[in-house]
Amino acid sequence: MTSRILIAALVLTAAIPALLMGGVSGVVAADGKPGPALSGPVVSSGPHPITLDRPAEATNREIVDDVKRVRNYADQPPLIPHAVRDYQIDLNVNKCLTCHDRRNVEGSQAPMVSVTHFQDRDGQTLGTVSPRRYFCTQCHVPQTDAKPIVGNRFRDFDAVLSTAPAKEGAK
Amino acid sequence: MLLSRRDYLKAQAAAAAAAAAGVSLPASAGNLLTGEGAKLTWSKAPCRFCGTGCSVMVGVKDGNVVATHGDVKSEVNRGLNCVKGYFLSKIMYGEDRLTTPLLRMTNGKFDKEGEFTPITWDQAFDIMAEKWKEALKKKGPTSVGMFGSGQWTIYEGYAASKFMKAGLRSNNLDPNARHCMASAVMGFMRTFGMDEPMGCYDDMENADAFVLWGSNMAEMHPILWTRITDRRLSHPGCKVAVLSTFEHRSFDLADIGMVFTPGSDLAILNYIANHIIQTGKVDKDFVAKHCNFKRGRDDIGYGLRPEHPLEKKAKNADKATESDPISFEEFAAFVAPYTLDKAHELSGVPKNRLEALAALYADPKVKVMSLWTMGFNQHVRGVWANNLCYNIHLLTGKIAQPGNGPFSLTGQPSACGTAREVGTFSHRLPADMVVTNPEHRRHAEEIWKLPDGTIPEKPGYHAVLQDRMLKDGKLNAYWVQCNNNMQTAPNTAKETFPGYRNPENFIVVSDPYPTVTALAADLILPTAMWVEKEGGYGNAERRTQLWRQLVNAPDGARSDLWQIVEFSKRFTVEEVWPEELLAKKPELRGKTLFDVLYRNGQVDRFPLSDCAPEYENFEAKQFGFYLQKGLFEEYAAFGRGHGHDLADFEQYHVERGLRWPVVNGQETKWRYREGYDPYVKAGEGVRFYGNKDGKANVFALPYEPPAESPDADYPFWLSTGRVIEHWHSGSMTLRVPELRKAFPNAVAFMHPDDAKQLNVRRGQEVRVTSRRGEVRVRVETRGRNKPPRGLIFVPFFDHTVLINKVTLDATDPISKQTDYKKCAVKITPVSA
Repeated sequence: MTSRILIAALVLTAAIPALLMGGVSGVVAADGKPGPALSGPVVSSGPHPITLDRPAEATNREIVDDVKRVRNYADQPPLIPHAVRDYQIDLNVNKCLTCHDRRNVEGSQAPMVSVTHFQDRDGQTLGTVSPRRYFCTQCHVPQTDAKPIVGNRFRDFDAVLSTAPAKEGAK
Repeated sequence: MLLSRRDYLKAQAAAAAAAAAGVSLPASAGNLLTGEGAKLTWSKAPCRFCGTGCSVMVGVKDGNVVATHGDVKSEVNRGLNCVKGYFLSKIMYGEDRLTTPLLRMTNGKFDKEGEFTPITWDQAFDIMAEKWKEALKKKGPTSVGMFGSGQWTIYEGYAASKFMKAGLRSNNLDPNARHCMASAVMGFMRTFGMDEPMGCYDDMENADAFVLWGSNMAEMHPILWTRITDRRLSHPGCKVAVLSTFEHRSFDLADIGMVFTPGSDLAILNYIANHIIQTGKVDKDFVAKHCNFKRGRDDIGYGLRPEHPLEKKAKNADKATESDPISFEEFAAFVAPYTLDKAHELSGVPKNRLEALAALYADPKVKVMSLWTMGFNQHVRGVWANNLCYNIHLLTGKIAQPGNGPFSLTGQPSACGTAREVGTFSHRLPADMVVTNPEHRRHAEEIWKLPDGTIPEKPGYHAVLQDRMLKDGKLNAYWVQCNNNMQTAPNTAKETFPGYRNPENFIVVSDPYPTVTALAADLILPTAMWVEKEGGYGNAERRTQLWRQLVNAPDGARSDLWQIVEFSKRFTVEEVWPEELLAKKPELRGKTLFDVLYRNGQVDRFPLSDCAPEYENFEAKQFGFYLQKGLFEEYAAFGRGHGHDLADFEQYHVERGLRWPVVNGQETKWRYREGYDPYVKAGEGVRFYGNKDGKANVFALPYEPPAESPDADYPFWLSTGRVIEHWHSGSMTLRVPELRKAFPNAVAFMHPDDAKQLNVRRGQEVRVTSRRGEVRVRVETRGRNKPPRGLIFVPFFDHTVLINKVTLDATDPISKQTDYKKCAVKITPVSA
């Protein structure tokens, strides 16, 4: 069987320098040095949004390409890369588990629910997914192709590390 | 564009080789970084969002937050977060973080119609001081005001309260928590004489039944919902009942789901009380020992402007809080008309479901936890709804013991800790005290080392009244911190925006981002947020949690705390206090408010060396003493020995929070009950010690209709609220790309048959119009919320769909909290 991986994964690696530039020029100067005096984002002084008859934004398309996205950090819940509209998760049935449950992944080839999800409130591993993890969409959400309202200068561990001062242990 | 695994590995190897040539890694095993370089510095902090109060671990590398996860040591969440909580790492890094004060100027001078222009902090405080002093001189302390937040840290709320109520001698201080749980506060005060829940989240592992009264916990308190889900799915016989005006995600766990006509929850509550009495299920012994009965005033109006016809018509608008003692028999006679038939007629809920619900409460063997949030609180009879729910628990004695109890959830992370306990409401002082009580004022003045008569006795303007007074030109210098009220206040276009742009007024907005509110300001102050400062929050179960400053704010951004304390230096006491007040304490002459309020020998008592050496503390360094600890300890003096005891400051930096009262290092899980609460003496069993006679009040209160209901012109109910992906007005969560992409825009959730009748399809744009304003929004007929016919739900997070232009500024007349859940609208398709 062939694993299918979108080339976007590679593009993401290649995008790191761009992220770095964002970081250097921007907000995250943690050394306390003053930035360029009195600069910042341009803030609209124009007609206030409340006075406008603003058309509703276009509906965005759901992303259903089944491609895993890089997580920002290890504990980030993975995003859902497929349609989940009308998925039933209630007292009767949890549709997500029909593919992602331990017993079902061989057939579905979906990622198995993380081992953390088998632990109860006291950290004991159960034979099945813990009921406290029953409602998947409390943490896992699908994505649309909506554009971000502004950029985000969050840098993940690797991005921060590769721009860190050379001296180890420097505070 | 798809590669096979083999191709991908080849490409990766080449990329890695190229990268290695340019980047030297400190230690690694092949392509895996190991050793010191791989380590993050982990510290605890409470989540920035809702009132649940999850603890998160925040991972910092080289001055950046690079990761967060649920704190396994936290009793609240035991390692879990909701989707927002998991993305906390990214909320501080929106590209448009503000880093310099911005003043509307033309030709280098302040101009209300000018362009936002960068100025220094010094210049910002110059113009603020000028405008504040001008207002004080012209019209006195009632012309200055501040609108704060249940998201303020405890220190910020406390510093603001001192600055406004004692420093500027104005009670025009209110938090956005007024919109959020003021009804819960007044409910507690009327029934128990003391604010905040008697129980705690541990009830969720002990109850046999859960009843949600107007709370969509699945989305709004998701981590508490995991605890209820855990109990429901693993405790045999456990039942969940969910009541709402529309079907939502919490119904997915419901054994008894009930969609009721807006406002009719009052009738259902009285029916249950009646059912308990009629079936002989009253716990007579408990009621005799621990309850009083009272009849409250009816026909109390809707908190609209006094000239509104509804207010003129109301018999008891000015006596809303009054009540008379009655007997149990009189109470029983009062609720007797609330039969099953009547409850069914008013609510539209099938009779068998109402009976099943009543049976849960009536059965002495079933431990019931009732939970509510905005469905009860944002209600023109919100205080009544709270009172009526307590009635049921009191009649059956199902209260203040593990698994049994009414539980008022809070919306904001420190609605309890800051808004309520610190007392940042326009009528409150710390530890449940009020400005109208002379003893309370004197006690506060003593602790604050201020002369008698410093704190004014008249309550200030509450949230909705502030907007009205701004519009009417009576409130002229106004500071908004830590909220986005231009998006979240009711009836904004008619009642909020005009006041901000009133040429008589000067409006300052402190925020990390250029929110809708900031854009309506005259001066914007760039603000540090969350772990960029040391802070403290108090959650819904009385749990106080403190955190350290974990990263620096962007250059130029300063915390709300720094802003308040620094601004206080701009006033001498002579400028703000009358001579007769100063004459009582002549040693204060010539001092600034900073000296009087914060360098008073108490707040400045802890030296810089007390700060945790491994963390930054910007504010402490700026002011030269451990400001946060000083504020905390002075504040704690209000509650210690009075039922609100807090532990030592340092203990909170070790624990994942403690539930007050904390006596001898022990937290209190269930108040008012012997064996759990140190304030209840041996042999007393239960004592509601908030009231002098130790008894709780059961209130006779009727069903009364909402302020506005659908009619021929405006045939739909509009309810507003949140979605799980976004926090309040979305100013933080919309800047996290993953959360934005998960729920990009507000939609109007609608019944498919209504859409059909309106001749609109899913995704089509419509105008939602009320008597006050309109928005354009797209229709959703298949989403997570399933309204009944005749009701739409529109979330308020989206700055492109300002739904509060449409809502009604009616409030509960007792609590002054807005009803965001009920007004009348019409819907018209926007032709393409």
